[in-house]
Parts: sequence; structure tokens; C-alpha cells
Amino acid sequence: MKTDRIFRAVLYAGGAFVALLVLLAFLSLCHASWLSLKKFGIKFILSREWDPVNEKFGALPFIVGTFMTSIIALIISLPFSISIALLLGVYLREGFIKKVLTYATDLLAGIPSIIYGFWGLFFLVPLVRKLEMKLGVLPYGVGILTASIVLAIMIVPYTSSIAREVISMVPGDIIEAGFSLGATTREIIFGIILPYARSGIFAGILLAFGRAFGETMAVTMVIGNSNCMPKSIFCPANTMASVIANEFTEATKDIHLSSLIYIGLWLFLFTFAINLLGNLVIKKFRVEVKNE
Amino acid sequence: MGDKILKIENFYAGYGHTWVLRNINLEIPEKKLTAIMGPSGCGKSTLIRCINRIHELNPEAIYRGHIYLNGKDIYKMHPTIVRRKIGMVFQKPNPFPTMSVYENVIAGYILNGIKLKKEEKDKIVEDALKKAFLWNEVKDVLHRKGTFLSGGQQQRLCIARALAMKPEILLLDEPTSALDPKATSRIEELIVELKKTITIVMVTHNIAQAVRVSDYTAFIYLGELVEFGPTEKVFAAPERKETEEYLVGKFG
Amino acid sequence: MNSRNRVVKDNLFKLFVFLLAALSILPLFLIIFQTVRNGISAINPEFFYKLPKPPGESGGGILNSLVGSFMLVILATAFSVPIGTLTGIFIAEVRNSFTELLRTLVNILQGLPSIVIGILAYLWVVKPMGGFSAISGAVALAVMMLPVIIKTTEETVRLVPFTLREASFSLGATYTKTIIKIILPASARGILSGIIVGTSRIIGETAPLLFTAFGNPFVNLNPMKPTDALPLLIFNYAMSPYEEWHKIAWGASLVLIIVVLGLNLLLKMVGKRWETKF
Repeated sequence: MKTDRIFRAVLYAGGAFVALLVLLAFLSLCHASWLSLKKFGIKFILSREWDPVNEKFGALPFIVGTFMTSIIALIISLPFSISIALLLGVYLREGFIKKVLTYATDLLAGIPSIIYGFWGLFFLVPLVRKLEMKLGVLPYGVGILTASIVLAIMIVPYTSSIAREVISMVPGDIIEAGFSLGATTREIIFGIILPYARSGIFAGILLAFGRAFGETMAVTMVIGNSNCMPKSIFCPANTMASVIANEFTEATKDIHLSSLIYIGLWLFLFTFAINLLGNLVIKKFRVEVKNE
Repeated sequence: MGDKILKIENFYAGYGHTWVLRNINLEIPEKKLTAIMGPSGCGKSTLIRCINRIHELNPEAIYRGHIYLNGKDIYKMHPTIVRRKIGMVFQKPNPFPTMSVYENVIAGYILNGIKLKKEEKDKIVEDALKKAFLWNEVKDVLHRKGTFLSGGQQQRLCIARALAMKPEILLLDEPTSALDPKATSRIEELIVELKKTITIVMVTHNIAQAVRVSDYTAFIYLGELVEFGPTEKVFAAPERKETEEYLVGKFG
Repeated sequence: MNSRNRVVKDNLFKLFVFLLAALSILPLFLIIFQTVRNGISAINPEFFYKLPKPPGESGGGILNSLVGSFMLVILATAFSVPIGTLTGIFIAEVRNSFTELLRTLVNILQGLPSIVIGILAYLWVVKPMGGFSAISGAVALAVMMLPVIIKTTEETVRLVPFTLREASFSLGATYTKTIIKIILPASARGILSGIIVGTSRIIGETAPLLFTAFGNPFVNLNPMKPTDALPLLIFNYAMSPYEEWHKIAWGASLVLIIVVLGLNLLLKMVGKRWETKF
């Protein structure tokens, strides 16, 4: 019927709009960073100089800063998120503690990043400063480590929820088989559950990594905004996202703005690749579990 | 055998690359109840789903052949018209969860965008619910959600919903398989009453049920129509070995 | 094998897991506790209907950002819900290689860093319009909300049992009517919770607003003009050197946390009250 054809056409139009949006996003970023892309090319990401006054732009310090903060954040958060996943997926049956823990992790994911940043600035920065004084390094307080801790807190709910999902997909009968052989819960976790859920948990880590990678506000507020190459985890630095947040409205020269957007393009590409990989791994995991 | 309202000719149907039904030829008599029987997986559900063109909703569906309703090929008509003339009730009661009892009964009119006056609607709802033996139980809760009813009541609501469209044929796809014995016997009483005024085609795997309610029985085995005739004859003196074996329980 | 040793190890490990889990939600309580402690004193009736005061003067309110956030959320919802619902239905209903690709694209959209979305809204709206505006901020937020709406719609449409569809078709309904009158009402709860989740995702977003909505010390109701928002105000005041402004920022943070908590609660209620029984 005619209305059906129109309705289908409208559905396709909606889908096409969203598809075009993503495509257009990529093209717009390319177009707007063309000036910088033409001038610096691929070397942009290998050059360590970021000097708006002399119009020299290289994004390496920010790329290094981004990788450092996100990887450290992942390392810090991993034991915590796995613990939550084990607690929710293995140790706790329905009950009060489970409810509280589920609700708390939901909230942890729901708190706006600006509040994480604000809290980090007024609570974590003094703590890190104390630590730095004890260690005898320059007590900035702000820097890579502080940003990583804030990020670690923020990504715990992401990794744990995916880890929990994959743990719950471990077939109950092989767990029972393990118990009936006389294994303890700990042995089952390390011998059966974690090996089985390995690739799924890896996907969770990737997705959390993607999230940490692009996080802006919380990082911007506690990383110290220095355009130098970070030399240690206590150094003030900048991530790709934080340098854009800091300099975008102040960039008066076209080449400066274009270079910032060029960083945005790289950020787009990196997170794109990380998320794509994460989604592929988890899809593959789901299919494998189904087929067994 | 009376007048034939529906003729199925050289009909094939299936999914993907496999035919589930092969070369079905069947004439359904008017205002009688025809039971379609056979072991599970034989294609009996597929057959009645072809009669009101629900089968083709499955993207894998394939079919060929002819089905005539009063002499007109239903596969040359628009499917929505066919479905309005041939109502269907499914295995599991499926009232629309967002609609009240009242709205469920006139759902066919709502969905087809047919505007009715309040009195007309009230009359259709009352008539359909009375025909479905449900009026006395729900007349005070007409505006509550249909999903609050018991399973048997829900199924009678679904029958009322189909009857409200005043179809020429009512298809029942194992309508009692999800119900308890008491609800089942209510539905059977209802069906016996209904067949006086409307042609019914019912799929069932319950042999006793077929004996209790049907006038004619078609037996389908491995996708082919093996036997068709008046119910007493098919049960008392089956012509084919497969029918006999099924009736004494060899296929389970 | 020493079985006693194994049991001890098992218990120690269990203790360790419980401890780490408890530690990981500790920040939540710290954040809430400290925001309440620092923010509660800033909150009084004035806080909600007055404009901010210049540094040095105490008191003042955050009316400009409350109004701004409200406007941004309404506009972003109005942009993203129709298109998101449509796309969600599309992905759930149609299965071909295009919808498969679309699903991947939606995941990519969801993974886009918010700052990049800010750049896009700047390029698409701010630059052509020649200045910062509420509408550009709303576009950025709508892009962030879109994947949430699409995914929740898709999930709930998929949950509607196929038998309902059959019932509708067997009454002679067309495809369009079946979707609009049967499938959509049955998925209303899911779509509504998608809107709530989406709102709580964008209400605290700052990065995409930095160079779109930009901020505004005054109440603005014109979508073509720059506007303030709660998270923007928190950012600007938190990074300022003034003690009084920090206090306002804590107060605003408390308001924001309460809004997010409230949306979470609302989500739970919607789940219970609107649940469609099949």
C-alpha cells in the first residue's frame, strides 16, 4: 500500500540521515583541518613542538599524554573493575549488597565528568601534591598521575559492566562441573571463568580505553595544561582532548584552529579504531559463546 | 458436503530453499469446522498461515499455487483485505498489551483506520464479546488492560477481536495448547457454537479435541495431504495407513 | 595438595575482592559527601532565581545556567528523539547490510569523544551562523543523545513479541499501522527510559558546549544567542581564583548531582510503572 511505501521510505531516510551524519563528521573534520594537514602532513603526530606563536604545530606531546593517562588509568582500574564483576557475577546472589553495588556503579557512571574534575581538583590534587613532596619531585599536584586516577575512577563502571556481562555468559554447567571436582571458588575463577571470559573482558578493557582516551573535562581540570613532552607521571601535560578544550576559543590564527581540529581528527580516528576493535571482539565473543 | 468457501489448489509453501508443504489440494466447506491434524512439524500451521497470508511475513517464506476464497485468488488480492476477511487466533493468547479490553475488541477497526460512532463501537464490542462467551465476565472491566485477564479469558478476547471484524473464515492455530483443561473446555464449547455461523479451520494435535468439535478432518503427513473427509469417517475408517498409525499413537 | 591451605587462599581472595569492590565505590561516596558539605551552604532560595554576582561579592545565584541547561536539554531532545526513534525502529525492523553498517556507525557515534562533537557543532552551526548560540550547543548535545535513543528504541522494539505483530496483521492492519499503533505503544516505556538516560548523559556535558553554547552571565531565552549551562558555570567558576565563586560552583555541582540522581530514580520508576506486560 502507498502509506507503507512512504513509511518505509521515512525509515530509510532516518537511517540514511544517521549514516550521513557520521560520514559528514569525518569529512568535516578533514575539511577543517586541511590547512594544517597540508602544511604538516602525517609528521604532525610525530613532531613534539607545539608553538602557536611561531606557528609550529606537532601533536606528539598530546598523543603521548593521552596514551599515558589512559593506559595508567586502565592499569589502576582493572583490579577494581574485575573485583566488582566477580562480586556481582560470581560471589553475590540476589540481595541487598548486590543491589547497592549495582546502583552505586550505575551512579558512578552517571556522575558528570565536570564533577569528577572539580572534585579531583579540590580533593585529589592536594593528596597527590603531598605524595610528590614525600617523593621529592616537584609538587605540582596536577599532572598525568592525577588525571589517570580520576580517569580510573570514571572507567571502573564501564569495564566492570562488560566484564560482568561476559562472566554471566560462562555456562553454568562447566562451573558446576568444576565445583563437583572439589575446586574452590578462587580456583574456579582463575581456572574456568577468567580463561573463558578472557576475550570478552579484553573487549571491555578496549571500550573503557576508548572512553578514557576521549575524556575531556575531568582531565582538563587536573592535568596541568602543559604543552611539553611529559617526562614522568608527575609532570603536568595535556591530552589531545584537553588541549582542544583549552585552546580552541583562544585560537586566533587559522592555522592554530586548523591544527586543533587536526588533533580532533586524530582523536576521532584513534577512538574509532579502538571502539571498532572493542565491538568486534565482543561480537566475536558473543557468537563463540552461542555456538558452543 | 455443502458449499465450498475456500479452495486450495496445487499449493506449495516453505522456508528458504525447502518446501514444508507440497502439492496441497483441499476444499473447505462453508459454515463447518475443518480440523487440520498431523504430527508436529508436518506443516499444518504453515498451511493455515498461508490461508490468511501471514506466512509471507517471514522473510524466508516461499510459496506457490492458488488459494481461492469464494472463487477469487487471495494471492491476487491485497494481503490486508485477505486478512480482514479471514481472521486468525494464535496458539498463545496475544491481546495487545497497551490496549484495554474494549480497544482490543475493536482493534481491527482502530488498526484499519475505520472511524466508527460510539454507539456502533459499543455494539460491535458487546456483540463480539457475547459471541465469544466473554461478555458477562468482562462487562465491568471493559476499560482495564486486556493483559489482566486469565489465559483462557485472554484467548476468548482474541477470538472476540477476530470476530469483531466479521470475517468469513476464522482460523484457529492450536488455540487451546497454552491453556489448562478447564479453559480448554470453555473454548471448545464456544467453538461448537461459533461453527453454526462461521467457517472455522482449526489446527490441532489433540485427537480427542478434533473428534469433539470438528465436522471434517484433514490429515497432513510430511508436508502432504494424506486424507480428508468427514471426521467420523476419517477416524472410524481411515483410508491410509499413515492416518491409522497416527490415530493409534505411533507418531506421538 | 594441602586442602586447608586452599581454603585459606580461597577466603583471602574473597576478602580481597570484597575490599577492592568496596574501595572502588568509595569515590562515589566521597564525591557526594564533599559536594554536599561544600555546596549546601551556597544553596538558598536566592540561588535559584538570582544571577551570579561579580567576584568579591557574596551571594548570587545560578538562574542563567539553570534556564540555559533547561533550554539546551529541551532543544536537544526535540532534535534527537524523532530521528533517533525512527532510526531505532529501522535497525530493529529491517535486516540487511545497510542496517548492519548503520549499527556499527551508531556504535562509532556513541564512542565519539564529546570534544570532537563540540568541534563538529562548531563547524556545522557556529561558523555558518557567525557566532556562538544555544542552538549550536543543542545540536552538539543532540548528537550525543542520538545513539542512546537509537539503541534503547532498537532494544525495546525487538522485545515486542512477534505474535503481537501477527495478531495485528491478521486483523488486516498495514505495516505502518502495526508499527504506529501496536509496536510503538508497546515500546513506549523503553523509548521514554531512553530519553531519560539520554538526558542524564547530556545534562552534565561540558566539553561540547565550550565553543558552541559558550556561556552567558545573563538569562537568555533566544536560541540564536549564546547561553550558559550548569556544567559550563561549574567549569568557569571552579577554574576561577575566587573563593566565593568556588562556593557557587560547589552549590551548582550539588544541584547537578541531585538532578542526575533524580533522573536515575525516575528511570527506575518508569521501569516499574510503565512496564508493558506481554
